[in-house]
Amino acid sequence: MMLNTSPNIADPDGFYAELIDSQRDLDEEQALRMNARLILLLANHIGDREVLSEAIGHARRGGA
Amino acid sequence: MTYVYPKFAYRRSQEQAESLVRRHPIVVIGAGPIGLTAALDCAARGQSVVVLDDNDTVSIGSRAVCYAKRPLEIWDRLHCAAPMVARGVSWRIGKVFFRDQLSYQFDLLPEPDHKMPAMINLQQYHLEEILVTRCEANPLIDLRWKHRLIRIVQREDHAVLTVETPDGVFTMEAQWVIACDGANSDTRKLVGAEFTGQYFQDRFLIADVAMKAEFPTERWFWFDPPFHAGQSVLLHRQADNIWRIDFQLGWDADPDEEKKPERVIPRIKAMLGDDVPFELEWVSIYQFACRRIDRFRHGRVLFAGDAAHQVSPFGARGANTGIQDIDNLAWKLALVLRGEAPETLIDSYHDERAFAADDNLLNSTRATDFITPKTKVSRHFRDAVLELAQDHGFARTLVNSGRLSMPTPYVASPLSTAIDDMVAGPMRPGTNAADAPIEIAGKPGWFLNCLGDGFTVVTFGPATGRTQLTSGPLTARIIQVGRDIDDPTGILAERYGASAGTTYLFRPDQYVAARWTEFDLARIADALLRASGHHAPARHREIAA
Repeated sequence: MMLNTSPNIADPDGFYAELIDSQRDLDEEQALRMNARLILLLANHIGDREVLSEAIGHARRGGA
Repeated sequence: MTYVYPKFAYRRSQEQAESLVRRHPIVVIGAGPIGLTAALDCAARGQSVVVLDDNDTVSIGSRAVCYAKRPLEIWDRLHCAAPMVARGVSWRIGKVFFRDQLSYQFDLLPEPDHKMPAMINLQQYHLEEILVTRCEANPLIDLRWKHRLIRIVQREDHAVLTVETPDGVFTMEAQWVIACDGANSDTRKLVGAEFTGQYFQDRFLIADVAMKAEFPTERWFWFDPPFHAGQSVLLHRQADNIWRIDFQLGWDADPDEEKKPERVIPRIKAMLGDDVPFELEWVSIYQFACRRIDRFRHGRVLFAGDAAHQVSPFGARGANTGIQDIDNLAWKLALVLRGEAPETLIDSYHDERAFAADDNLLNSTRATDFITPKTKVSRHFRDAVLELAQDHGFARTLVNSGRLSMPTPYVASPLSTAIDDMVAGPMRPGTNAADAPIEIAGKPGWFLNCLGDGFTVVTFGPATGRTQLTSGPLTARIIQVGRDIDDPTGILAERYGASAGTTYLFRPDQYVAARWTEFDLARIADALLRASGHHAPARHREIAA
């Protein structure tokens, strides 16, 4: 399996708004912690180690 | 104090008294758990051993606490495990707390039908005392207390040791030296070996506390508890109502200040509550490191235990891996000393045990990174894992307060014959043999106890009529299931993926050297030579290709 980087979210604007809204009332520390929890939950859902490594690599290179 | 430290008598050796320079086959430096086990294992293989130790008592304080199944199996082969298991404390429930909440608990649920338990807790001084008693009863072992190694000169086929005792300095020679003198090994410095790795910017306070508390016999680990904010704490039970408590102190802590009872006692009171009576038995502060020696063999000197590799304590990998170093080394030394294997067999000690040390260092570094996050963001990840672990099973697998020490399989060992491996199941060449209940002449017994001290072929039939096999200078005993031992429960066949004809060759350290779907004398004879280092160069070429 490969990391899917083509559009895959049905409602991109709605998703993005939900993500930002979910942290609107958090201070920076709380938001950092929430991001960590979110990454861990999503990573476990994906599960596939190769896909996770690929995603870590993409993120680290700044999305390129 | 609950424990009275024995004082072992210094005796002037005959060779020092008479100024004779004697050459010994094996000299062990250091009479800790690793050195004493080295002496017992070499003696079990018919070699006489001299052990030099610069002190005259056992370990001060509990130090190593947990002993895992594989070292217990090794000690059982050396007939010392029974008193350790009887004296030790068995545990299987572990609890992980985050702040004031139980994050989760686990049950080690040891697989049934093994002779030895998954883990026991026992103070190092008790363990050493058991080993010393066994060594003293063995006529092949010469324990010499108050003997300090001060100089080594390496020769082609031996080492010259300069040793200092209360009677002055004398010289002795050794065909082989096993250095088991700990993380600060003088022997390592004397041969000029590199010992490199990572130091962690953290300090830990470890305390032995005597108390008759109502705590259950469980391993409790706290991350960021209210009584020790921002740090971690570990509580472990040992024998004689002694509890071991480890407090993480952080990098800024002053080791000399923190060791003082007036600093330690309030920490313990904060943890246990004011109304739990206890007595402080022993306190130590340490900063830990993950380091490894460059080569386990330097000429005639072989390094084992902490002298060869130092790990953080989480996961109980120090003593446990050191004992397995000896398990790997002793039979090789005995074969070479008897002229039954080429000297290059000794080099496989580095191949196999450096590989295992690297595996342990990796595991131990990972646990340390979880317990002591290095950056703000990694602390957020760590705390996020602990928060999620309360409700979500997946996060519990990420919590790392030390992984249970398991033997490292020698997956690419030059001694294994793995090319024709068609047998099912996990007991691949390079794996330590799994125990199983068996019967001998209708009486219950254990599989590992049948394997003995040499090479052993175990075949699941059909009948060969043979009881041993000779290949070059080597002889292997043949055990046939159904003839010599019985497997009434079928657990042995299940653990070895065996059907009619399945045949295993075990090394003297109970590791699988090769396995086949049928009993073939020529193949077994070839694997036997490879497992004893006679084919090593050819095998290296195969790996390189």
